[in-house]
Amino acid sequence: MAKKVALMQGNEACAHGALYAGCNFFAGYPITPSTEVAEVMSVELPKIGGKFIQMEDEIGATAALIGAALTGAKALDSTSGPGMSLKQELLGYACIAEIPCVIVNVQRGGPSTGMPTGPSQSDMQQAMWGTHGDHAAIVLTPASCQEIYEETVRAFNLAEKYRMPVQIQLDEICAHMRERVEFAEPGELEVIDREAPSVPPEEYKPFDDTKGLVPPLAAFGSGYRYHVTGLNKAADGFPTTKAELVDAEERRQIDKVMLNQKDIQKNEEYLLDDAEVVLFAYGSTSRSARYAVNELRKEGVKAGMFRPLTMWPFPDERIAELADQAKAIVCPEMNLGQMVREVERVAKGNCTVAHIGRVDGEPINPGQIIDKVKEVL
Amino acid sequence: MAERYEIRFSGAGGQGLITAGIILAEAASIVEGKYAVQSQSYGPEARGGASKSEVIISDGPIDYPKATVVDACLAMTQVAADKYANGIKPGGLLLLDDDFVKNVPEGDFRVVKIPIMRIAKEDVGREIVANVVALGAMIALTDVVARDSGETAVLAKVPEAFLDLNKKAYSLGFEKVKEAMEQ
Amino acid sequence: MAYDYEKSIRPGKLPHIWCPGCGHGIVMKGLIRAMDSCELDRDNTAVVSGIGCASRLPGYLDTCTLHTAHGRAAAFATGVKMAKPEMNVIVVGGDGDGTAIGGNHFIHACRRNIDMTYLVMNNSIYGMTGGQFSPCTPTGAKASTTVYGNPDPTFDIAKLAIGAGATFVARGTAFHATQIDKLIAEGIKHKGLAVIEILDDCPTTYGRRNKFRSVIDMMKRLKEIAVPVAAAAKMTPEQLEGKVLTGVLHKEERPEYTEQYAQVIQRAQGA
Repeated sequence: MAKKVALMQGNEACAHGALYAGCNFFAGYPITPSTEVAEVMSVELPKIGGKFIQMEDEIGATAALIGAALTGAKALDSTSGPGMSLKQELLGYACIAEIPCVIVNVQRGGPSTGMPTGPSQSDMQQAMWGTHGDHAAIVLTPASCQEIYEETVRAFNLAEKYRMPVQIQLDEICAHMRERVEFAEPGELEVIDREAPSVPPEEYKPFDDTKGLVPPLAAFGSGYRYHVTGLNKAADGFPTTKAELVDAEERRQIDKVMLNQKDIQKNEEYLLDDAEVVLFAYGSTSRSARYAVNELRKEGVKAGMFRPLTMWPFPDERIAELADQAKAIVCPEMNLGQMVREVERVAKGNCTVAHIGRVDGEPINPGQIIDKVKEVL
Repeated sequence: MAERYEIRFSGAGGQGLITAGIILAEAASIVEGKYAVQSQSYGPEARGGASKSEVIISDGPIDYPKATVVDACLAMTQVAADKYANGIKPGGLLLLDDDFVKNVPEGDFRVVKIPIMRIAKEDVGREIVANVVALGAMIALTDVVARDSGETAVLAKVPEAFLDLNKKAYSLGFEKVKEAMEQ
Repeated sequence: MAYDYEKSIRPGKLPHIWCPGCGHGIVMKGLIRAMDSCELDRDNTAVVSGIGCASRLPGYLDTCTLHTAHGRAAAFATGVKMAKPEMNVIVVGGDGDGTAIGGNHFIHACRRNIDMTYLVMNNSIYGMTGGQFSPCTPTGAKASTTVYGNPDPTFDIAKLAIGAGATFVARGTAFHATQIDKLIAEGIKHKGLAVIEILDDCPTTYGRRNKFRSVIDMMKRLKEIAVPVAAAAKMTPEQLEGKVLTGVLHKEERPEYTEQYAQVIQRAQGA
């Protein structure tokens, strides 16, 4: 039988990807340009017995998301810049309490209300550092409707596997453009569910790391009575201020991501083998970059593209290698210099690092990139 | 790299131009299995205001998802014609509703004029199908998808009670442009 | 015969953090008796709180407990209840947590009439941070941020809950200890959002700034101001001046949220 295909927006593809991953709970608050994610979930979730709730604000939505996830639900929340700013509070809660959930941020201009219908990539550092305190983050940056569908499945898998919030950063162009999306058959894409405890309830410790960096998570209502808090806590889940316990917990929560980078990292390398100039591009901007690479190659310029699908943790190792190989790394971004900071940090001056920034609500077009590459070389 | 073909539908909000773009993209990518990207720009108005919908069609993957200079442009209003005519490729096409675009923009493109709204209102009987008239006209003009593919996509999109109405609108748009092109 | 509270308390978690004379312990005992009398299955009960002294309560209870962020308890609890309606969900917290930073979540939980029990321990002050005024601090009272007297008007939590749509609203005091469990139990049994406000005392940060010489003085005040609703019906406005009504203040039947959503599911599935 032929696969189900449909022309749909990136936001719609995100919702369908979540459903494929087994998402059965959505909490959100309406905000442009992310609202279609919520709309599709409101239609589809009740059909499969799932739950959709529109909360009173974005903070409440993330709170409900975490509450639902603790009962065993696979939970999704979508928002945009101003909403994401509000969510930072409870994103941090999901980090410290180690709650699997997925939050989509369809970036728009800003700060504040900014340009609700204009594309932007200016929440990229916020995705990593927006919530206070030390923590790890997993942030994905897909660039097409098909990829949004598949990466949303991967976002859920990473959330479940590493027991933490995972963010998907879209931009308005990827979110609203329509492309053909091929739905995966059951079993075609891997779907991971969180590990349930294997010990009896009386022995269960929600943050016990003796078997690995990611402790199993029991669902509320499954016979395991335990405590969850946003305070620094010991393995048993209860608050502690003992220095060595706090230190160990803080480090473990970062280690579980940083020591599993091989599993978490994902990127596309396009014509990099002999590249003298590397475009570091993501989201819709990477589509302009690919166009630019093709045009530059026609003119004999050895251009290539590194496109991170996992933006955070940042692909330090590979970017360092590329900085050794190339004369220049050029970073087109719809912001005034965010991920380029990471590229500069990792390149350590071994090649020229240049930025193309645009914040006028218009996409970065291939011509702009081509001009910059020629200027840099 | 595969050839890109870019089409812009422009006019006023509420004229169904975004839907026209979506149907064209469906005809290309779902019915014919080509690559297509549809996008739109919009302001805070739900109705009224300017509206445009862009479709890029290609035999291969499409990189840059926004229109650059378009191969063909529909303008349903004078405002749209004035705004977008200079975004047409040299030797491209401009399709106008000549009841509403009195000052025809000049440039290195072919201009084809039909009274789209009037055809919808008087010949089909419902103004609301003007976007489907325009779509039929655009497909006849550009040949970017087969006539049948466009019709299949239109009929897949509309409720059963409106199948005949839309079929008629699509055919009339297609035929009227063929006639206009022969003149 | 002493009541067996120990069976409901997590081993090794006492002593609690509350100051001598604080009423929160009295309220916790009332909650335990209420949970017992309703025969709540502790495996299937979530007690959710925000931040503050009162919000430390769940940590002591041997059930599923969720100590969340400041003000957000009702929203977390809504997620728990919505995802798993078969769970009993009880929210506990203080007046600042529930009606200032959490005010929006509080009123919307009331509006949805989701089947949860919200227990507010109203001691009129932010105790944990050292005694700043809350929306429930009396006008004119002293707090660490109102040393010249509190200029703010005061929330009436019960009226706020009724206005927002809670279908069961009751009030008690930490002095009237034997009434607390009965009010909470009635709230737990009620289908819909039940708010139980317990007027409480904070001798450490409120009492000593506001001329209460002792915990006994604060408890005496709770005794004196409380008027049961039945008694109040026979009193004149003059007699009721400065008094606070206690007992069940409001009770009505209205569709419950998770049941309403179950109907959404049925409609979506074509039933």
